Amino acid sequence: MRRTPEPYLWLLFSGGGVVAALVLPVLVLLFGVLMPLGVVDWPTAGHLGALVGNVVVRVVLLVVVVLCLFHAAHRIRFTSEELLGIARFDPIIAVLCYGGAIAGGVIAATLMV
Amino acid sequence: MTDTTRELRREAGTRTIRMEIARYRPGRDAEPVFEGYDVPLMADWAVLDGLTYVKDRLDGSLSFRWSCRMGVCGSCGMTVNGEPRLTCGTFLTEYGGGPVRIEPLKGFPIIRDLIVDIEGFLAKLSSVRPWLVREGEELPLGTEYAQTPAQLEAYKQYSECINCLLCYSACPVYVLDPDFLGPAAIALAQRYNLDSRDMGDRFDVLNAEEAVWGCTFVGECTRVCPKHVDPAEAIQRYKVTAAMRSVLPWGRR
Amino acid sequence: MTVAYRPRRDRLWFARTRSYTLFVLRELTSVFVAWAVAFTLMLLAAVLGGTLPQFAALAARPWMIALNVVALAATVFHAVTFLNLAPKATVVRLDGWRVPAWMIQGGNHTAWALVSLLVAYLVLRTP
Repeated sequence: MRRTPEPYLWLLFSGGGVVAALVLPVLVLLFGVLMPLGVVDWPTAGHLGALVGNVVVRVVLLVVVVLCLFHAAHRIRFTSEELLGIARFDPIIAVLCYGGAIAGGVIAATLMV
Repeated sequence: MTDTTRELRREAGTRTIRMEIARYRPGRDAEPVFEGYDVPLMADWAVLDGLTYVKDRLDGSLSFRWSCRMGVCGSCGMTVNGEPRLTCGTFLTEYGGGPVRIEPLKGFPIIRDLIVDIEGFLAKLSSVRPWLVREGEELPLGTEYAQTPAQLEAYKQYSECINCLLCYSACPVYVLDPDFLGPAAIALAQRYNLDSRDMGDRFDVLNAEEAVWGCTFVGECTRVCPKHVDPAEAIQRYKVTAAMRSVLPWGRR
Repeated sequence: MTVAYRPRRDRLWFARTRSYTLFVLRELTSVFVAWAVAFTLMLLAAVLGGTLPQFAALAARPWMIALNVVALAATVFHAVTFLNLAPKATVVRLDGWRVPAWMIQGGNHTAWALVSLLVAYLVLRTP
């Protein structure tokens, strides 16, 4: 039987899809739209610092970053192949996409360690 | 001819609809070309009746597949105004003043006019072993295998498939990559996987990049299915099954 | 034996029907999912590096706000479609009775609302 990494990639994609759905809209709404527009005041640096100082928050953030990036990587891989007709380059595209997701996870980890 | 039919014929003499039909005649056409035909716009005529009219009255060389004319045999699937449809269940009046464009199903090699080559699909279909796989039985069978209503319900929906190939034609993944195992074959594999009498295992066929993992859940297969099989759901469910078997140690055989 | 005609690849397949276009838009939300994560990482770096005012100034630039409005729309579209499609993959049976799709979807959307409220509370509460 031929082994394939697809089931594991799909699980990461699915988990990331759920996490991205639950967490990202509110983050973008608050920090990307409402605070810059002045609808909501920016929290103090001290408050946000205390928040990300919490170990639980750090672990959750790392999980969110890695899973969401794997979700995005998986979809970008398939969508680029379908839109541009470049499925024959799948091995390279896959390495680029998932490699990018891993790199993002490493960046998040180094920031918080 | 009854009076009513005669009346309809007379009325049809005044009301017609333009059918633009893709013609591909090997040796004559380098690629498919459209030819227009005016057919009577009858309230009870399906697109297939219009094609039959063209073949009987206007151009006997027009080629297309059909058989039962009642949405069961799955032979008369074509692209009608861009949508994959069973032409026996699609009425001409749906397209009002016309014109209505008839093309062969997308995603398949075209043999002639509206007839496509389905050999590739037949090979895929048999690769999933769409039958009850049993082990350790001698024929003839002396036992019955009764099922509870719940056991029947588990797979019944998927057994409605008539292999009409509308789902393949609607699937961009298949049309872009003909190696993709595709909606109907996977739904039929699930039809047997979920049958309490089946002892087969189709994991190796289904757990492949060209099988369930090629699907990006466009969902069009389900939308166009004339028998409400829901192949998209069948594929997503098998993705979960295959993923669980890959991850959990006791999920392996 | 006649030769079958093989249609060429349709480069504009995604523009042929509305449902294909919606599908491609749904898949392209992933680009904004990646952007939202990058934006969050920039925020995190600013908080940990003590450069929150500079980050706030960057986020307040008109093009940045425009980008994030699009990102908000895309992530909401992702959330709605992803949470709605979940019942297709998960067939939940309780004692032989299949839990209807709308109940699973309702549960998913409730979870989305609760998580959003929790995140907003953690960020906005005054200590």
